[in-house]
Amino acid sequence: MIKKKKCVAMLLAGGQGSRLGVLTKHRAKPAVTYGGKYRIIDFPLSNCIHSGIDTVGVLTQYEPLELNAYIGTGSPWDLDGITGGAFVLPPYVKGERGEWYTGTANAIYQNIYFIEQYNPDYILVLSGDHIYKMDYSQMIEAHEDNKADATIAVIEVPIEEAPRFGIMNTDESLRIEEFEEKPKKPKSNMASMGVYVFNWKKVKEYLIADSKNEKSSNDFGKNIIPTMLMNGERLFAYPYKGYWKDVGTIDSLWEANMELLQEEPGLNLYDDAWRIFSRNPNKPPHFVDKGAKIKNSLVSEGCYIYGTVENSILSAGVTVEKGAVVRDSIIMQETVIREKSKVVKSIVDEEVIVEEGASIGGKGEIAVVGNKAVIRAGASVAAGESVPAKRIVKNTTGGAS
Amino acid sequence: MLRNTFGLIYAGEQNINLRELVYLRTVGALPVGGRYRAIDFILSNMVNSGIRNIGVIAQRSYHSLMDHLGSGKEWDLSRKNDGLFILPPFSSAENMGTYRGLVDAIKGVMGYISRSKQQYCILSGSYTIFNRTFDDMVECHMDSGADITMLYNEEEADFFRGERYNDVRLHLNEEGRVVDLEINATTSDSKKVGMDTYVMRKDLLEYLVEDCMSRGKYNFVSDLLMGNLNRIKIMGYEHKGYVGRLHSVASYYKINMDFLNRDVQDHLFYSDNQIYTKIKDEVPAKYAKTSNVKNSLVANGCIIEGEVENSILFRGVYVGKGAKIKNSIIMQNSEIYNNSDLEYVILDKSVNIRQGRRLIGDEVFPVIIRKGAIV
Repeated sequence: MIKKKKCVAMLLAGGQGSRLGVLTKHRAKPAVTYGGKYRIIDFPLSNCIHSGIDTVGVLTQYEPLELNAYIGTGSPWDLDGITGGAFVLPPYVKGERGEWYTGTANAIYQNIYFIEQYNPDYILVLSGDHIYKMDYSQMIEAHEDNKADATIAVIEVPIEEAPRFGIMNTDESLRIEEFEEKPKKPKSNMASMGVYVFNWKKVKEYLIADSKNEKSSNDFGKNIIPTMLMNGERLFAYPYKGYWKDVGTIDSLWEANMELLQEEPGLNLYDDAWRIFSRNPNKPPHFVDKGAKIKNSLVSEGCYIYGTVENSILSAGVTVEKGAVVRDSIIMQETVIREKSKVVKSIVDEEVIVEEGASIGGKGEIAVVGNKAVIRAGASVAAGESVPAKRIVKNTTGGAS
Repeated sequence: MLRNTFGLIYAGEQNINLRELVYLRTVGALPVGGRYRAIDFILSNMVNSGIRNIGVIAQRSYHSLMDHLGSGKEWDLSRKNDGLFILPPFSSAENMGTYRGLVDAIKGVMGYISRSKQQYCILSGSYTIFNRTFDDMVECHMDSGADITMLYNEEEADFFRGERYNDVRLHLNEEGRVVDLEINATTSDSKKVGMDTYVMRKDLLEYLVEDCMSRGKYNFVSDLLMGNLNRIKIMGYEHKGYVGRLHSVASYYKINMDFLNRDVQDHLFYSDNQIYTKIKDEVPAKYAKTSNVKNSLVANGCIIEGEVENSILFRGVYVGKGAKIKNSIIMQNSEIYNNSDLEYVILDKSVNIRQGRRLIGDEVFPVIIRKGAIV
């Protein structure tokens, strides 16, 4: 018999994140690199263990290989305890039929048996799309104080951006009166963060009912929450104050990285009591040559810097050779920037080779180079262009070749 | 893969030549290369050879060593069968808790040795830095019919004469058999220097240790090896490649500076055999607009606003605006505030250098600031 848990977290990591283009062509969005070291999923996983939640189901579906390998036994996040841990939960065949997760609610519905093993009072539903540090235990406390059936974390967004989010309209006690998904004329600026606490017994009934409704799109925001509201259940908003960033687009991913270079970044990664854990590559400190020049940048272990690096973020094992310039860019693991090449305002994925004298990006839109692509000597990739994974770019017309 | 071999690492070395650096820690726990502890190298070498049962003999001030090694998980040594065993001394009728020599120390952990299921043993110290696996050495040991095979490398004239620790010179005959050994000799015509790493059968080790003990002899090299040169066949096995020995502060300094050499880095860290160490979950190093770093190794967690040249920065070091660090080794979590000036300095862990301070040492006599000091 498994010990009863107060709360089990369910992390929705099945999203493709199609707006990240070539970066998520072969990996799920939560596995995308951030800050020269982390994957997006490190944030919710680290938040869980720091909040005292030691059992996390990670729901994967889209391109799960990289993510599964990354999570492994969960030990980098201390999620490999005796009574809990991190569990990767892909869709599977039940009885005679198997099906994909058709929506966020359906993903939880299909894993009712996983959750039931722990007989939890609450489930915490998380998404693997955001960069933030949050103490979920305080949210659960508020949920209990309010005797709520469901609590939804909200963050204030600029009112002009509100139409992009699910918006909560509440009364003074923060009880939710109305939920509008992407409203054209928002009545408030309290946006859902995609972080929910539910009373397990209650939400289970809704999940079962929802699964029988063929018209439903099996989504928390579109179906479960509105139905619960309609039935007069006690739904409360939990306002969160602090850094929270959606990194669902190339622009926002680039921006979120660049924010780390500010003198006092909104996101403090140096807090010993709330360290963001990740799977660490085993590499020596990085080496800076006597001819190198590094300004306003983050550089990770195992890098070799002989050239110039400015306003950029370099993941582990990146080489920047003599005379090469990397500016306003994000370079992911093990990429090699050869002599006299130039990378400006770009996101370059893992294991890319930028050969001698090649050039990527420039003023204007962000250029993106996919995993293991090769930019041949002298070739160029223009600003705003996107090179698919493993593509070999030979001439100056870039991604089109 | 050496499945029939266990490792025994002696981490109880007392080496006063290392001065303040070893007041609070054993030599094996000395931080080197911006991220590692000395013992990581021999431990990783054994693990990379397929050894899955390793005992670490601790003696004095082994707190930081135990802290570092923990369950052995980072070296893949947290296992159901075998794994990592830290063997601190305990007072018994025969032993009051201080070992009189390596032989005595081995005698103190005889219980662990007899419980080990493997037939062969690799015995080593923890102050020699190199990267290799032992498969070929053990194979050669068996083929040559040796009783003991000892690892050595060839070195030119000793740079640190006078401040040596356990400098063993080998004299080999044509067959490669050790015919003579010298310890800390002032002059020697042998360039073959022992690397404190030995292969032998477990039962032979047990026998030789008991034999020495019964004669009141406790020193491994001068008693167990030299005293038995005629009775047993000791062979030399040459290691080619980088070797660093933590003899003294000067050699500690030099080894760290060697790590700035790309060839040494490639050999130690980018061969097929990785060097494992404890993980800290630090943020990548942050360079401010005002930073200027040349020819240095910088670990994660550092924040650099000042100038750094020819130096090694361990994890979590802060260098303030206008601060200048040159030819120095700065250990974990030390903070150097604005406009201070350091040259040929070794800062131990968590040292705090206040604004505008100036500390200048020399290559052969670097200034050492002890752990946690505020200057």
